[in-house]
Amino acid sequence: MSVQEVLPLGGVATGQSGQVRADHLLVAEMVKPGSKVLDVGCGEGDLLQLLEARGIDGRGIELSREGVNRCVAKGLAVVQGDADTDLVNYPDDAFDYVILSQTLQATRQPKVVLENLLRIGRRAIVSFPNFGFWKMRLQLLIGGHMPRTENLPATWYDTANIHFCTIKDFVELCDAINVKMERSVALDLYGRPVPLNLPWWVWNMFGEQGVFLLSRGGGK
Amino acid sequence: MVGVKSIPSPAISADDRSHEVDHPSSLVAHFGIEQPLSLDCGVDLTPFQIAYQTYGELNADRSNAVLICHALTGDQHVANVHPVTGKPGWWETLVGQGRPLDPDRYFIICSNVIGGCMGSTGPASINPATGKVWGLEFPVITIPDMVRAQAMLIDRLGIDTLFAVVGGSMGGMQVLQWTAAYPERVFSALAIACSTRHSAQNIAFHELGRQAVMADPDWHNGGYADRGIHPHRGLAVARMAAHITYLSDAALHRKFGRRMQDRDLPTFSFDADFQVESYLRYQGSSFVERFDANAYLYLTRAMDYFDIAADHGGVLAKAFADIQTRFCVVSFTSDWLFPTSESRALVHALNASGARVSFAEIETDRGHDAFLLDVPEFFDISRAFLQSAGKARGLNGGGG
Repeated sequence: MSVQEVLPLGGVATGQSGQVRADHLLVAEMVKPGSKVLDVGCGEGDLLQLLEARGIDGRGIELSREGVNRCVAKGLAVVQGDADTDLVNYPDDAFDYVILSQTLQATRQPKVVLENLLRIGRRAIVSFPNFGFWKMRLQLLIGGHMPRTENLPATWYDTANIHFCTIKDFVELCDAINVKMERSVALDLYGRPVPLNLPWWVWNMFGEQGVFLLSRGGGK
Repeated sequence: MVGVKSIPSPAISADDRSHEVDHPSSLVAHFGIEQPLSLDCGVDLTPFQIAYQTYGELNADRSNAVLICHALTGDQHVANVHPVTGKPGWWETLVGQGRPLDPDRYFIICSNVIGGCMGSTGPASINPATGKVWGLEFPVITIPDMVRAQAMLIDRLGIDTLFAVVGGSMGGMQVLQWTAAYPERVFSALAIACSTRHSAQNIAFHELGRQAVMADPDWHNGGYADRGIHPHRGLAVARMAAHITYLSDAALHRKFGRRMQDRDLPTFSFDADFQVESYLRYQGSSFVERFDANAYLYLTRAMDYFDIAADHGGVLAKAFADIQTRFCVVSFTSDWLFPTSESRALVHALNASGARVSFAEIETDRGHDAFLLDVPEFFDISRAFLQSAGKARGLNGGGG
């Protein structure tokens, strides 16, 4: 499978100076108004607030108690839970979209989590930091140490991120478990989409993160 | 010689308490023989009465009514001076001007549960058929019975849908029963430190309390009222045991440690040498001033029987199928009576039902009783939940 399509994204380039995160805006653009959404690993609820402001029925799961309580104090429907263990409690087709924003790399079983996302939701939106990003490669190649960036400042020994992957790796996983990629976007270090007309290995090199709209593939 | 000082007799006379049972100093709704209360045990209770308090005013749309459900030993005096003890209302931390449940914003109702002893019909009431106190002749009641009676009161008040039903512990059980029995009548539900079923450990503690009451020779097989006495020693022991379960090891240690009560050295007796002993004795003796021993038996029994899933084919999620009610579930880290795992099971069932649910576990060392205490994070969450529900309900004004 190849990466085919980029969303036209009005406002993202200028949005980086504002309060809303570029990847959140991108995710919000992918969700149809009026739909029901579960945000897995919703943090302090910034994305959920953005979605609810657009008339979307949003729910959240968050691992940290502090995060959950801040969300609930914002009036959001968020429960304390763990993507690895609690997604099994949700029935099939419970949501139109299930979002996993910058959390896949912190799960113990990314493949199982991804399968659960597309069982619970008819569509999934997954974003993750691209470990194939040129700065990462350079740090490992030249510096000889595990990469650290502005967005991923933790050292190897205290990071919560235990399953890093590249955009290429993720595409291969989607192929392996028969997941269809409906839209794919790579964002550069400034949250701008990497231009559409470049070959996809450029994305894997210059995309600081990947954002994917996924649906269940047809039968094999 | 070993000094023994038993639990002191109550300072408030039995007359003060028994007067409240039939003639409460609060509002009362009477239900005559044309409106019996159908109990789960098969008995139609009639006539009966419900004592209740209200705070604030019902708006023109009748859309701002909040029902507060009290816990095992609570009553309708949520936010006013208690007529028997003279103490402040039991939930003035949550209910009042500028509090999350503000009477300027909501019409707040709290009724004494059926089976209680503060004005709603219960075992301490006069049985109109005999002219004597009901005692153990009173039918065994359940949490669904309590809620059925509350629904009749809400009907009487001309309220179709409650904006919110709020309660902790046994009150939380009633909240959940409301949503399972009358989902279309509950816009939002705030269930605190509770469970959808009473655990074996909790049933065991209740049995301990009941046996303490029954072991008191003054209990007379529940017929003490006719003799003008009250098994206050047995009830006090029941309360002491229960009170320990409402706290936590850490809270007891912080509050009392091993400190001595008004002395520096042990007296080598069974007097209350330790502060914690003195505290428990006080809890026991002050409780019996305001509570009826038989009512304690009946209400603990109602909690023991509570199991929502069992009423829905063993599947909890079925109790909440397609429910539109907005839920907020709150638990406390040090609550070992209704631990977070119980709330989590409820949340899983609500998720499976597609309900809109928020769930927060609040860190505190104050045990089960935390829901009655000044815990700012709990208030912030309650306030935000009610405000966001109020917005969805179209209640005007941003305060509260």
